[in-house]
Amino acid sequence: MKRYVYINDDELSPNLYCDNRISNRKYTLLNFLPKNLWEQFSRFMNQYFLLIACLQLWPLITPVNPASTWGPLILIFAVSATKEAWDDYNRYLSDKKANEKEVWVVKQGIKKPIQAQDTHVGNIIWLRENDEVPCDLVLIGTSDPQGLCYVETAALDGETDLKTRVIPSACMGIDFELLHKIKGVIECPNPDKDIRRFDANLRLFPPFIDNDVCPLTINNTILQSCYLRNTEWACGVAVYTGNETKMGMSRGIPEPKLTAMDAMIDKLTGAIFIFQIVVVVVLGIAGNVWKETEARKQWYVQYPNESPWYELLVIPLRFELLCSIMIPISIKVSLDLVKSLYAKFIDWDNEMIDLETGTPAHAANTAISEDLGQVEYILTDKTGTLTENRMIFKRCCISSIFYGNESGDALQDVELLNAIASGSPDIIRFLTVMAICNTVIPMRSKSGSISYKAQSQDEEALVRAAARLHMVFVNKNANTLEINFNGAIVQYDLLDILEFSSDRKRMSVVVKDCRSGKIFLLSKGADESILPCARVGQQTRSFTEAVEQYAQLGLRTLCLAWRELDEDEYRAWSSIFKEANSALVDREWRVAEVCQRLEHELEILGVVAIEDRLQDGVPETIESLRKAGINFWMLTGDKQTTAVQIALSCSFVSPEPKGQLLLINGKTEDEVCRSLERVLLTTRVTNSEPKDVAFVIDGWALEIALKHYKKAFVELAILSRTAICCRVTPSQKAQLVELLKSCDYRTLAIGDGGNDVRMIQQADIGVGISGREGLQAARAADYSIGKFRFLKRLILVHGRYSYNRTAFLSQYSFYKSLLICFIQIFFSFISGVSGTSLFNSVSLMAYNVFYTSIPVLVTSVLDKDLSEGTVLQHPQILFYCQAGRLLNPSTFAGWFGRSLFHAIVVFVITIHAYAYEKSEMEEMSMVALSGCIWLQAFVVAFETNSFTMLQHLAIWGNLVGFYIINWIVSALPSTGMYTIMFRLCRQPSYWTTMFLIVGAGMGPVLALKYFRYTYRSSKINILQQAERLGGPILSLGNIEPQPRSLENDVAPLSITQPKSRNPVYEPLLSDSPNATRRSFGSGTPFDFFQSQSRLSSSYSRNCKDN
Amino acid sequence: MSPGGAEGGSETSSAATKKHSKKPKYSRFTQQELPACKPILTPGWVITAFIFIGVIFIPIGLASLFASRNVVEIADRYDEDCVPSIYASDTLAYIRSSQTNKSCTKTLNVPKKMKNPIYVYYQLDNFYQNHRRYVKSRSDKQLRSKANEYKTKDCSPEATVLVSNKEMPIVPCGLIAWSMFNDTYGFSLNDKAIQVNKKGIAWKSDGEYKFGSDVYPKNFQSGVIGGAKLNENIPLSQQEDLIVWMRTAALPNFRKLYGKIEVDLEVNEKITVVIQNNYNTYSFGGKKTLVLSTTSWIGGKNDFLGVAYLTVGGLCLFMAISFIFLYVVRPRPLGDPSYLSWNRNPDGLFFN
Repeated sequence: MKRYVYINDDELSPNLYCDNRISNRKYTLLNFLPKNLWEQFSRFMNQYFLLIACLQLWPLITPVNPASTWGPLILIFAVSATKEAWDDYNRYLSDKKANEKEVWVVKQGIKKPIQAQDTHVGNIIWLRENDEVPCDLVLIGTSDPQGLCYVETAALDGETDLKTRVIPSACMGIDFELLHKIKGVIECPNPDKDIRRFDANLRLFPPFIDNDVCPLTINNTILQSCYLRNTEWACGVAVYTGNETKMGMSRGIPEPKLTAMDAMIDKLTGAIFIFQIVVVVVLGIAGNVWKETEARKQWYVQYPNESPWYELLVIPLRFELLCSIMIPISIKVSLDLVKSLYAKFIDWDNEMIDLETGTPAHAANTAISEDLGQVEYILTDKTGTLTENRMIFKRCCISSIFYGNESGDALQDVELLNAIASGSPDIIRFLTVMAICNTVIPMRSKSGSISYKAQSQDEEALVRAAARLHMVFVNKNANTLEINFNGAIVQYDLLDILEFSSDRKRMSVVVKDCRSGKIFLLSKGADESILPCARVGQQTRSFTEAVEQYAQLGLRTLCLAWRELDEDEYRAWSSIFKEANSALVDREWRVAEVCQRLEHELEILGVVAIEDRLQDGVPETIESLRKAGINFWMLTGDKQTTAVQIALSCSFVSPEPKGQLLLINGKTEDEVCRSLERVLLTTRVTNSEPKDVAFVIDGWALEIALKHYKKAFVELAILSRTAICCRVTPSQKAQLVELLKSCDYRTLAIGDGGNDVRMIQQADIGVGISGREGLQAARAADYSIGKFRFLKRLILVHGRYSYNRTAFLSQYSFYKSLLICFIQIFFSFISGVSGTSLFNSVSLMAYNVFYTSIPVLVTSVLDKDLSEGTVLQHPQILFYCQAGRLLNPSTFAGWFGRSLFHAIVVFVITIHAYAYEKSEMEEMSMVALSGCIWLQAFVVAFETNSFTMLQHLAIWGNLVGFYIINWIVSALPSTGMYTIMFRLCRQPSYWTTMFLIVGAGMGPVLALKYFRYTYRSSKINILQQAERLGGPILSLGNIEPQPRSLENDVAPLSITQPKSRNPVYEPLLSDSPNATRRSFGSGTPFDFFQSQSRLSSSYSRNCKDN
Repeated sequence: MSPGGAEGGSETSSAATKKHSKKPKYSRFTQQELPACKPILTPGWVITAFIFIGVIFIPIGLASLFASRNVVEIADRYDEDCVPSIYASDTLAYIRSSQTNKSCTKTLNVPKKMKNPIYVYYQLDNFYQNHRRYVKSRSDKQLRSKANEYKTKDCSPEATVLVSNKEMPIVPCGLIAWSMFNDTYGFSLNDKAIQVNKKGIAWKSDGEYKFGSDVYPKNFQSGVIGGAKLNENIPLSQQEDLIVWMRTAALPNFRKLYGKIEVDLEVNEKITVVIQNNYNTYSFGGKKTLVLSTTSWIGGKNDFLGVAYLTVGGLCLFMAISFIFLYVVRPRPLGDPSYLSWNRNPDGLFFN
């Protein structure tokens, strides 16, 4: 399907395509209420509450005033509807602002300002510097004589560098005035969301020259929401408008993520619901039986002898309503509330601010904090995530001579500087390729210094290095490149760029030396894509060695090559290239094929090695998190050797003999199958040993494994705690996430670049690093952090606290609801199983909303079971969260039992202490209610691990608040409770009853808790005790993180046997004096402690000495 | 520790500054570093707590028990005794018939000196005043004001009555009022009548706010007669028996105040009670008991609180002793790192 855009033709196209009105709104004024209600009611919980609320409207069965359910229900609905409405209103405002923006459009040959929403496909739109682009345009003119303009695409893809856009060749040289009258047709595909592709054609109508079809690429377009920079003006033809732009198409509402805990809460809610149904059925039957047998005799009740058919249902329905409070209506709201605070804590955390850039951590998704504490697998990108993605040219190898090996920095290598000074031709060619074989734009600032704008960090590093080596790339004017070599200006005409693609893994430029008129092909690329193209007869052995050696050191390598082209050869090729470039179908593939024809018989000039340093604290972070029982997978597009080296250096895998790397490779199905089975066998065997087994797989083998041997691969994935997947594509990354998710693991994906976006969105938790590859990943992620090392704090501190707190809050919510519900059930046994409510409507409503919510909310925001330091020192403790030890059916059963016990205590004590002459209904209900309030205050206090002033204020203030509220209500003559609370508070027996309830209710809880705390203590308890006593355990962290000495560790690795190793330079690692203590091993979290316990006696002595 | 309010304030201020600069302002709340005290359950602390509770509870229990035992109570069940023997097999016929002689004389022995005021209660057992159908069957609005006479929505089936083919509201309407207790007691000591003061037996607040002084009984007990009749010339606010009855009991066994005797009764005095046994508890096997009781600071005679306090206090002491015992027999150092399972069995925890 194609669309034909007629340029500047008002008659032909206006109504064919949508106008440029942007709409991100979910609702309109009319459909807001029904649509929002519909959405809210699609949740089971809300349906349930609505049903209950409707049943309450039937006065025959309602135990209390319907307001006690309708009030909170409407409140909750109003709150979430208001939030939605507010969000939607803000979207409307920003849409409106964008839609009403003034845009200069050519109408009937005259430039006129109109609102952005009135522009149509085919309009010619004029932009000035720093204007935002209103819709997707095909450039037809700019102020630049070469037809260039610069755009900032940060809003679109998150990349902050400027991008060059160029007008199509057909429009080149058209006069400024004539641009108003330009006519033509653009043939372009239907709207899609691929922001890197635009395969279209342009044909201008006479009188404009060039009746040929002119190919258009993404480089000829400027897309919606980009900004025009460094260009005085530009104009273009609107091709996609409104919600059909590339930006509009890629916009989508991401699926809301559901945390493991949400799922568990839903499950428990379901269980409670079933329990409730059972209670209702049993009590309903009992009620009807009692009615038939006993109530008929109770003449004062006056049951009619004849009753309508539905009479049998009345009692069960009454109990349904009485028991409806079992499922706390407030749980959703309270969870949302505290979770948004947890997210705020992440935003606020000073320790997670990247001091270099001043970026704080940010939680974009406020609903999944507790999932962070339950992560089981972390899938991480390498470049930019583990490493800094700040490329520095470090070494090179030119014509078999290694530079930079001694000093570790080729730029300071005297030999190289001498060689440049002597003007050796190989070296000059090498530097020329470094300087101009790229898409870098030099920008000359007013002071005369040159800065480079590059899309790729590698290219920038090379150009900078070349400049340091006196080959300065000074200017780029459309097709002319200017180099300043040792003061002499050399000019090249840029004829073609054979672009980089991840399939080709190389890029080339064709340039013409202006002086000699010779045409050269300059290429650079990955070794495996350049070396095979070497000229017949050239020895590539030394380059292969260089590549291997550099890779050993964890450096990125690029091979540089060149070839002189015949004039004829170039011309012939050029026409094919042009044709391929204007292809509408499969353009990428065809261009690649054409490029192949030119890139052969290359003369290899040398190898450059670029260092990408590890970020600070990466090894420590990985180590801690692995101790916490989290498995790491590295998914990278980089090559295997580099990936393995980085993995070793950041203690991702342990060196032999502790660790073992198993390689899965192969090009065919059979090879992969054999390899996979062998690895699986080894893994199975070694799994029982405390050995750290990791497997390495490359993209090709992975493709085959996922396609044909999924089952075996899944088993391997489960068995292996570590994996390195190299040369994987973005979609494979996402596939791997999906694979782990399908095995029911909680996955966290962390990455920084656009290629990680899919994986980040796919994972249970996506973390983006707001790094140098732009903000694309950070934007798509649930959490964005500045550096990889913050992940430790994010998971161990924030994730863990959130999990603990949410677990407490949700179970406590059920506890308090069940408590009051059990009392109602018990009361029904002494009220003729008739469904009388002991509590009045006001109390029931206020119980959930006021009396019991504040203490637990404050506690679940502030409570910390262990201090941050202890957790960071003992990451193993995360196991409790991971395994869901704090919220599962058995802990829930504990809370259930506690509420049953407390209900019995409150009920039995109340009915006995307030027997006979004191058994007045209102008084008794207030006694029972105050008993519940007292108990819940003490329960919260007992479950609190750390008391801050706020918690004391909340817990005890709430208790006082309960009395104040009830005194106020008791002072109003119109209420049923009039004077009740005053009367009670004057009775000594009321207070003795309260103390008795507290003593009898909390005594066993305290005893049990103490017993378990001391004699069946969990690890958390032990650490709490240790923390409190300031015992030796706190100094466990004193043990050195085990050394990482690459030199010693690399050797036994089976997969790469370096032929020559240069031991001098260790850029990634610091020499550790403790190299001999390597036996402690890094891989397995427990090894560390195992050896620790052996040492513990001597070591605790040390502590005492300290 | 700084007070909570200050912390809350700094929270909002830091939220405000956050809008302006991306870097959050440091505050102890936002950094989750509020000063906190972290109590842990040390043996000393817990054992002390249990001993403390025990030491507090046992005296309270003794005091309650003592107070309860000091209350002198005479309880006399009369529903069976007051049925003439010829009706013993058909108590229902006896109680329903208007012809039978309902009066019945009983003698009560005062076991101990009873100081005034002596409260006279009637106790009903197995009477479900808390039954949902019963407890809802009233109209508070109608009771409060004459203007709401017709608000009898909830009172069915005792809401209205047909008076000369017109639906007229019953005042007071509803099952509770309709089934009002109507036994009466006359006390005499040595043939000298003892005055029973029936004023001030209801809550004062009820007479003032819940029951209107302009509301007079109307059409009451004009259909099927349930319980007591009301004097139509006395406003509801002064019908104290009704007010007491309308304070429904939460338990099926309950006592309601009948009146007060404002003279002292000496030990072994014989009080003669003439009971008008009108109220029908025979159909559902309910008991009727006449209770004379003095009072104490915990109320009437009720050993429950005292016994419960003693039990809980005793259990707490027992707990304390057994924890001390456990502590001596199996001392366990707190926070010993060797109890961390990843120190002991490395494989157990992480590989299942």
